[in-house]
Amino acid sequence: MSKTRDTAKAGGLTRRQLLGSSAALLVGASGTARALSYTDTPEWQPFSNIAATPVDDDADWQFFTPDEAATVEAIVERLIPADDLSVSGKDAGCAVFIDRQLAGLYGDYERRYMHGPFQAGTPQQGDQSPLTPQQRYRLGLASLDDHCRNTQDALFKDLGGEQRDAILAQLESGDIALDDIDSVAFFEIVLQNTMEGFFADPMYGGNRDMVAWKMVGFPGARYDYRDYIERHNEDLAFEPVSIQGRGDWSTPA
Amino acid sequence: MATKLPRTDAVVVGLGWAGAIIANELVDAGLSVVGVERGPWRDTAKDFNIASVTDELRYAQRQELMLRTAQNTITMRNTPSQTALPMRQWGSFHPGNGTGGAGNHWAGITFRFQPEEFRLRSHLEERYGAGSIPDELSLQDWGTDWNEMEPHYDAFEKLAGTSGRAANLARGRQAGGNPFEGVRSSDYPTPPLKQPYSPTLFADTAREMGYQPFPVPSSLVSETYTNPLGVTMGPCTFCGFCTNYGCANYSKASSITTVLPTLIRKDNFEARTLCEVLRVTTDSDGRRATGIVYVDSAGRQWEQPADIVVIAAFTFENVRLMLTSNIGEAYDPITRRGTTGRNYAYQTANSVQLFFDDKNFNPFIGAGAVGMGIDEFNNDNFDHSGLGFFGGGSTRVTPIGAAPINSRPTPPGTPRWGSQWKRSTVDNYASTMSIGCEASNYASPNNYLSLDPTYRDRLGRPLLRITFDFTDNDLKMAQYVTDKVTEIAKRMNPRQMVAKPRTGPWDGRPYQSSHVVGGFVMGADPSHSSVNKYLQVWDVPNLFVVGASAFPQNPGYNPTGTVGALAFKAADGIVNHYLRRPGEMITT
Repeated sequence: MSKTRDTAKAGGLTRRQLLGSSAALLVGASGTARALSYTDTPEWQPFSNIAATPVDDDADWQFFTPDEAATVEAIVERLIPADDLSVSGKDAGCAVFIDRQLAGLYGDYERRYMHGPFQAGTPQQGDQSPLTPQQRYRLGLASLDDHCRNTQDALFKDLGGEQRDAILAQLESGDIALDDIDSVAFFEIVLQNTMEGFFADPMYGGNRDMVAWKMVGFPGARYDYRDYIERHNEDLAFEPVSIQGRGDWSTPA
Repeated sequence: MATKLPRTDAVVVGLGWAGAIIANELVDAGLSVVGVERGPWRDTAKDFNIASVTDELRYAQRQELMLRTAQNTITMRNTPSQTALPMRQWGSFHPGNGTGGAGNHWAGITFRFQPEEFRLRSHLEERYGAGSIPDELSLQDWGTDWNEMEPHYDAFEKLAGTSGRAANLARGRQAGGNPFEGVRSSDYPTPPLKQPYSPTLFADTAREMGYQPFPVPSSLVSETYTNPLGVTMGPCTFCGFCTNYGCANYSKASSITTVLPTLIRKDNFEARTLCEVLRVTTDSDGRRATGIVYVDSAGRQWEQPADIVVIAAFTFENVRLMLTSNIGEAYDPITRRGTTGRNYAYQTANSVQLFFDDKNFNPFIGAGAVGMGIDEFNNDNFDHSGLGFFGGGSTRVTPIGAAPINSRPTPPGTPRWGSQWKRSTVDNYASTMSIGCEASNYASPNNYLSLDPTYRDRLGRPLLRITFDFTDNDLKMAQYVTDKVTEIAKRMNPRQMVAKPRTGPWDGRPYQSSHVVGGFVMGADPSHSSVNKYLQVWDVPNLFVVGASAFPQNPGYNPTGTVGALAFKAADGIVNHYLRRPGEMITT
């Protein structure tokens, strides 16, 4: 039996007091969770803290404007080009993945320490930018198109594959300077998020049909290899499984 | 203003490994104990369910289980002349949050330190001469010894169900274990884990070369195990979602899988979660802790008076609380006076990566602590005469799993995107392995912890500032041990090898290990230590500060086994010594 209780008597607030008080007093990093005192068996519900919600692949863009989305798709299909190994990053859903990530809690770095003063340090001191991922994309995509207009008289998305590759390589090396954002920092976040989308569980919008997992031979969300661990140097030929299962396991509609 | 609560016998800050162990021992001794935890209550069934735990984006990339830097982080610099800047995203290390602490997402590797470590300065001076330790190293003895530590290691292994193969049992030696371990009163509670291909290949080669490989001791249990508290764990399934993840199988030992399920049901224990401790309160002359002040999730402050105060947070927060509470004297690297913040140390992580054409390692089969190791190049297990450095590392192959956002090995020079990248990623995913060498990091007068003068947390308190870089000693050691590992790697006959000895400066960005130690170290001499061998604060007898913060330096082993042993040692000090003469320093 649960004796979980609010901590008014023990050193916190009751739920009612909390709801009636200023939300600004909430501990930001812990969201809406409130201080609790536990004795005896803590109460919990199965899955109660498992908030990962599959994204809707077919919904409208959640963060990007249609123009921004087209630019991102034009980037990710060059970072991960279609070839005999896999479809492109665009067709694998990487742009959808990035859009949904930017619209979620990652997009404004709500979990990240964002107090100033912001100042450049040594490389070893890491990312010191005051910009959130949303800002990095918004500024970076606009600056990229500005650059392409000035130098190619075209938008990035309208350039050919080899031209896009050349520009991406120059962003990566820092040979192009963008107006409103450090070009290397912009390239790095796009590359990181593209790879996250390509290789993450497909429920987040990328890695459609587990294409990346099939490509490298990663079995995905399996959890018991006790019967396989001592089968050394052998191709175990697992078909991958996602957190949502597999399409061919579902009942046909 | 803080609202004052009724007093309790003991308050324990932090419900990770150290805090939960001590709280349980104090409750069993009849004390009323309040446990205060900064993060949420975590439970395997609601937080780490098998249906959702296999999520690399959530746990490894977005760091779901780790302390949010928005709540608290550190600032870092390599030298005292630099301006420290905040670590805005965890890189080099991964502090935890909530009950279980970093013990939820740890790897599970559970070494005992060797007997020589507890008297390291004395040992090295005896073996290499009185003047042999260079000035850049502030090595110390721990103020305790193997005979005192061994029963507590034994207690921790039995609590955690640690799996492994003993070599040096009191009743005699046996083959197949680590021949360099100190004498053990009993065997590991569970047998070694089964081994995947890459550790087996490494061990076979090492054996051919005359080394003595052994299964890495692992607190991922190998079979169903019920610990002395009556809590049952299940066997590890090698799912490969281990380090950085919580375990859904009740296989990985942490305080939530070994202690809290029984502790929370005991009448005189209460846990308060989402309550962050602001400071330890003391009486007017600072010789007695009167309790703690904490802030709850609604921003209200509470004072919890207690007769005994135990601080058992992560290394960083232990030290920060002592600095913000003015306990002890803050360390000054110029005068070298003061002990709070002194002897901060880390781990020197090295590796050799091996690319093969003809192997399939099935790298997704893994676990944080499954693997094989050798100890011939660790600590003082080899003669350091004329080498110009001290220390060494634990050499091992431990495939932790290969979720592919992070695990995509390609040879140096491979593009990071495009068709060539993709081809190389596919070609090397299953046929690459790595030999690690987790090496010592020896304390130095210039490496220390202090309060940052500029950056503050969301509550307005100074962040903890790390000033740290690898010493010449550690860089020389890194090169030496990596060369030795490379000899083994070469004999394994890969297509290509990439040796990665640790080089300076310390880089806060890539993950290296969460083995941050020191800053409030134990010892026999109050001028060079903050706590005695029972983790009791010098001159504040009812205050105990427990954790890796007490390590005077870091040997070439993972710290958790020793953190657990020290927790039992502190509990032993409180229950069997302090309570008999409350208010006094323990002198036995």
